[in-house]
Amino acid sequence: MRYLPLTPPEREAMLKTVGAPNVDALFKDVPKSVYLDRPVDLPSFKGELEVDRELSAMAARNIPAGSVPFFCGAGSYRHHVPASVDQLLLRGEFLTAYTPYQPEVAQGTLQMIYEFQTQVALVTGMEVANASMYDGATSCVEAIMMALRVTKRKKALLSGRLHPHYREIADTHAYFHGFTVSSVDPTPNKPEDLAKQIDGETACVVVQNPDVFGNLADHTALAEACHAKGALLIIVVTEIVSLGLIKSPGEMGADIVAAEGQSIGNSLNFGGPYVGLFATNNKFVRQMPGRLAGETVDVDGRRGWVLTLSTREQHIRREKATSNICTNSGLCALAFSIHMSLLGEVGFQRLAELNHATAVRTAERLAKVPGVKVLTETFFNEFAVSLPKPAAGVVEALAQKRILAGVPASRLYPENTSLTNVLLIAATETTTDQDIEALGKGLEEAVR
Amino acid sequence: MSHSSDLAKKQAGTNPSPTVETYSGHRGLMLEEPLIFERDSPGRCGVDLPQAPKHTPRLGNLRRQGKIGLPGLAEPEVVRHYTRISQKNYGIDSGFYPLGSCTMKHNPRINEKLARLPGFADIHPLQPVCTVQGALELIAHLAHWLKTLTNMPAVALSPGAGAHGELCGLMAIRAALDARGDKRSKMLVPESAHGTNPATAAACGFEVESIPADATGRVDLAALKAKLGPDVAGIMLTNPNTCGLFERDIIEIAKAVHNVGGYFYCDGANYNAIVGRVRPGDLGIDCMHINLHKTFSTPHGGGGPGAGPVVLSEALAPYAPLPWVVHGKDGFKLLEQKQGDAAKAFGRLKGFNGQMGMFVRALAYMMSHGSDGLRQVSGDAVLNANYLLASLKTNLTAPFTGPCMHEALFDDRFLEGTGVTTLDFAKALIDEGFHPMTMYFPLVVHGAFLMEPTETESKATLDNFIATVRHLAGKAKAGDVQHFKEAPRLTPRRRLDETAAARNPILRWRPAVPASKQAAE
Amino acid sequence: MSDKKFTKDHEWVAIDGKTGTIGISVYAQEQLGDVVFVELPAVGKVLTKGDQAAVVESVKAASEVYAPISGKVTAINQAIVDDPAKINQDPEGASWFFKIEVNNSSEISELMDKKSYDSYTAGGAH
Repeated sequence: MRYLPLTPPEREAMLKTVGAPNVDALFKDVPKSVYLDRPVDLPSFKGELEVDRELSAMAARNIPAGSVPFFCGAGSYRHHVPASVDQLLLRGEFLTAYTPYQPEVAQGTLQMIYEFQTQVALVTGMEVANASMYDGATSCVEAIMMALRVTKRKKALLSGRLHPHYREIADTHAYFHGFTVSSVDPTPNKPEDLAKQIDGETACVVVQNPDVFGNLADHTALAEACHAKGALLIIVVTEIVSLGLIKSPGEMGADIVAAEGQSIGNSLNFGGPYVGLFATNNKFVRQMPGRLAGETVDVDGRRGWVLTLSTREQHIRREKATSNICTNSGLCALAFSIHMSLLGEVGFQRLAELNHATAVRTAERLAKVPGVKVLTETFFNEFAVSLPKPAAGVVEALAQKRILAGVPASRLYPENTSLTNVLLIAATETTTDQDIEALGKGLEEAVR
Repeated sequence: MSHSSDLAKKQAGTNPSPTVETYSGHRGLMLEEPLIFERDSPGRCGVDLPQAPKHTPRLGNLRRQGKIGLPGLAEPEVVRHYTRISQKNYGIDSGFYPLGSCTMKHNPRINEKLARLPGFADIHPLQPVCTVQGALELIAHLAHWLKTLTNMPAVALSPGAGAHGELCGLMAIRAALDARGDKRSKMLVPESAHGTNPATAAACGFEVESIPADATGRVDLAALKAKLGPDVAGIMLTNPNTCGLFERDIIEIAKAVHNVGGYFYCDGANYNAIVGRVRPGDLGIDCMHINLHKTFSTPHGGGGPGAGPVVLSEALAPYAPLPWVVHGKDGFKLLEQKQGDAAKAFGRLKGFNGQMGMFVRALAYMMSHGSDGLRQVSGDAVLNANYLLASLKTNLTAPFTGPCMHEALFDDRFLEGTGVTTLDFAKALIDEGFHPMTMYFPLVVHGAFLMEPTETESKATLDNFIATVRHLAGKAKAGDVQHFKEAPRLTPRRRLDETAAARNPILRWRPAVPASKQAAE
Repeated sequence: MSDKKFTKDHEWVAIDGKTGTIGISVYAQEQLGDVVFVELPAVGKVLTKGDQAAVVESVKAASEVYAPISGKVTAINQAIVDDPAKINQDPEGASWFFKIEVNNSSEISELMDKKSYDSYTAGGAH
């Protein structure tokens, strides 16, 4: 078996040193009744060729986004990742390294995390960021729990235009953790007035920008309303590329930013692994969950980096930890960082412009489809349209024609009948004119 | 013993910090690399993107003003930057990495190739289900392997890592208790447990009560039974435990906990010791998280991403978090709402569908090994650890006589009176080209050294490691304290000041204020 | 100033009239290692004996500091907030944590004197 180096003579020699007759003897503490005397009922080992064949066949039973006109967004976006990102990611020193607990032999990981933290702080407009979390949705709930700790209050007020998965996760934690989440279901063209609902028990208000329908809003006034009542403003960003073009959450007065970093450096991956971004301001740094890399010097006075402020974490605080999170999304954060380094100031802004221009073109084309109405006035690269019939059926019909026509709102809000005919459309720099035309024509036929 | 160690012996008497001064600051292949921000050349870009075509913007008045502050580099410089910093890292690919309970085994590259197939990597989580049947099939296959290996009827696949899986397990337990109107809230956790266990329990609203270990390093059964009562919601047990020992009384423990109406959460961090030989379901557990990045070889990546699926008993299965992958007459479906079969699901824990990229890698690993290969994995893992224990127990001090499971535990009694600490010993090992074992964990012994070799290490590597450790132990006992206090000497950076980093946290790069500006201020 | 009295959790208190000065012991400081951060209670806060009053963090551990006796916080030692390293230097003297207005002087008799505390820690107290 190709991954197992021990040979029978080596095992014999080792058993002799150990003083055991055979390997089974080493399992003597296992009760006889539960120690299996034969392999479980699963296939025997396979060579690479066979494994490749079987799994490739499974992969072939999916329609990859790049092979068809593709317009799905709703929290996960298809962007072009330069080839060097993956090549660098596959370097064994990055791929196969552990968490940097021995900093002398992990300066690569630590320097990369420090650079990543800086990049995240810069694009979100905040003062400090952590080494990443599992994904944007868990980042969001961690932000809420941090706000509860900071304000010592128990209510979280969530915008109805926050991605439903993010809200569902907040609901789950609220139930088990003992805080309350209040949120009103969205209707695309009815504005929300969250400021009115803030009171002395509100720990935080959570909004998403661009929101789930793609709408852009300036939350500066909301930030002031929050602060006036001692609450924190959490701004969620599910499409990080938007920050190349639109006002940052930091500039709007956000106290915490919880974002999804997948768009930079990472593929769609059917939903995971992704990379949660988490940023806040210096006054809250000791309440921030997750890992942090900090700068220091070694005994020779040379600059280096270490994990720091670890006393907030579970392996030291145990029951009193700020969160039970153990991992960051290391490789995905590295991919983000490499891609961001390649883009730089000019590239990131240009990428964002391209996305917006493509989405505007798409919206203009779809506005021409009889019966279709573009619902979102201002947007970045995603917007909502209403169709003259249920969107889910239209999407299924177009899928049969190998067009992935976006995400029907009913997939995210199955109970909300006001959204049955709403379709969420995303367009990025990977969307071509032919794709847009195919979607336009496809919709024209589907809604006839 | 190779001749290079003779050379090392010759140089042993020389300068403790053998830095050769160079003009550039580079030292041969040890290249110094500044921060990416320090390589900025404004206007430069490593990606060629076309200009956006003319369009009427629809941004409202929210266009970002001012600079973001990102550095500009061309592709060659970016590649060089990351190549250089990677060279300052030790990985499993570099050498022996015996971290206890981390299971640092080889990460097969076929897994990387398959995870990157467009059919897996380039599919959107919310595409119509009819366009991703292959993905759902893969998830179902993985679920089947996990359930069969553990003999458990259900598995929740969405948790993003081990700690997340623990949260999932405890939430399922709380949901089951709430469903029968039972308000009990005590969770029993061994002293030797990893810090995530009590942190997770507290996060779910449980009160943690600690159970001591007995003289053999296992949970004190009598102490445990004394704490059982109608207020006990459950127990969190790691098996094999963090001392590397199989909990012999586990079946009795499970029965006792069930008898009072509690549930048994098993921390599966050490599953590598028993995979293919013992099915946790046969032991009476109600839920167990499995670290795909430990037992099933998905790469650690400098800290993640991981995946922590949780196998569940009949009692807890109905509460599994969304989404569920189910198979019906029309093919595979995703249940994303608390309806129908999933009506009692306790909710959602993670966005979208779980760590698909890790599922592909783990399934490729499982298929490559097969059930016979996996049985060999646990056998070789346990043999390797026992070989270390038997070979080193006279040079170091072991609190528990063998046999151990997949990891060997030592303490710092052998260093008594030498002035050398566990930490110093580990730093000296670094200069010898090995990543140190886990230090100071578990807390139940003093100055712990916990070594988990895994099954992918050869006898030659272990022999090399054993000889080196014996050599260092000898040096410590002979009184050569300096050697240890000044270690490591040969790494890209030597010991770093963690106190300064915590007292005055510098958590991001900031541009230096230009001198002219400083004068003005 | 009365002699210091100690708690099992390694806090000390010294009484002077109605004012109690509270800090952590030399033993506690040794166990913690280099102190990097300390969070003190707000002036005016009313503490009951056993309440969590402060938090002290080192690189490898974080510890709660509990009120050894009840009272209202009247002063905090800003010097140790500005430079937590001072706690390692003179924890039983200049690096006191906070002062309280004692409201139940009988509680003091429940604490250990220096001799008892020293033998408590010599026995490997946790």
